[in-house]
Amino acid sequence: MAVVDQTVLEVHRYLPDDEAEPRYQSYEITFQDNWVVLDGLNHIKDEIDPTLSFRWSCRMGVCGSCGMMVNGEPALTCEKFIRDYDTETIKVEPLAHFPVVRDLVINMEDFMEKLPSVSPWLIPAEDKPVEEGEYLQTPAQVAHYKRFSMCINCMLCYSACPVYGLDSSFMGPAVLALAERYNLDSRDDGQRRRADVVTAHEGIWECTYVGECTQVCPKGVDPAGAIQMLKLSYALDWAKSLVMPKGGEG
Amino acid sequence: MTPEITRPLPRSWWLKRAPYFQFVIRELTSLAVFAYALLLIWGMWSAADAGSFSVFYDFLAGPLSRWLHLVVVVLALYHTGTWIALTPKVVVIWREDERVEPDLIAGANAIVFLLISGAVLWLVLA
Repeated sequence: MAVVDQTVLEVHRYLPDDEAEPRYQSYEITFQDNWVVLDGLNHIKDEIDPTLSFRWSCRMGVCGSCGMMVNGEPALTCEKFIRDYDTETIKVEPLAHFPVVRDLVINMEDFMEKLPSVSPWLIPAEDKPVEEGEYLQTPAQVAHYKRFSMCINCMLCYSACPVYGLDSSFMGPAVLALAERYNLDSRDDGQRRRADVVTAHEGIWECTYVGECTQVCPKGVDPAGAIQMLKLSYALDWAKSLVMPKGGEG
Repeated sequence: MTPEITRPLPRSWWLKRAPYFQFVIRELTSLAVFAYALLLIWGMWSAADAGSFSVFYDFLAGPLSRWLHLVVVVLALYHTGTWIALTPKVVVIWREDERVEPDLIAGANAIVFLLISGAVLWLVLA
């Protein structure tokens, strides 16, 4: 039998149909040693209060749905064991910096609109017919971009970023990291095509390198690093364009 | 459509988490550098006149100046530390499919910083 203990989950509640203002509701729960915060929330929904709303899906840190603020820190609730919190209560809130639709559910529309704006797909220099086979890569070429390709769109990095919190027009960490992921891909030739969006005021230059996006990323993507690399590569592109206005041609 | 709530960041957001506070301190170090630049400009302007330079010199030797220098050097070293810590994020070097350890790049930058600073100090004191 798993070890059991008790704790209190202090949960952000917002029921727009019934209440104008959000509030916090405390739920005392008995949890098993292997329970994560998401298990606690599911226990509340199943056994105590079915009106509680939150997003979740895979329960294994892959889908990126269950991101919330746990004791003020952005986290995937499926990865945070209740036993690891030594506070009397565990405060669970919706991801910071996003509008709240209900309880712990945020509106992610802003992120979803920004995501495709950096053309996050392969833009080869020349399309080749299918008969010619795959665009091959060496393991070394894959290694160059792999860490930036691990993003699960959980948006924890946006909740950790005060720049996005102060000005939501900022493209934000995950979107820019995705741009760098494709820029670094040996099969891609879309760096210039992404330039207008990435180097806009709302893009890389808005980032002041707080660095917390990297710290909270559950997949080790390092968006802060990606943005600094983008700054360097686009600054070099700009310098080259001054020296060689025609790109060295003609 | 049901109304959504927004939660604007409070003015004290940078006091809520230690990394935010460290970030704001890093940004504020620029004010110390600006203040020191003003001090140097004052020194250059006053150099043309012996009376003015004497006032500047007296200020440099005074207790306020000592505190200013102490604060500026601490903040400048802090900023330098954050800058060196940032370098491996930008300078990513690969040996085949293995990335050169970030600590190695930061360490190399720290050594170059110490060597150049030592050389400048030697030139000034020589």
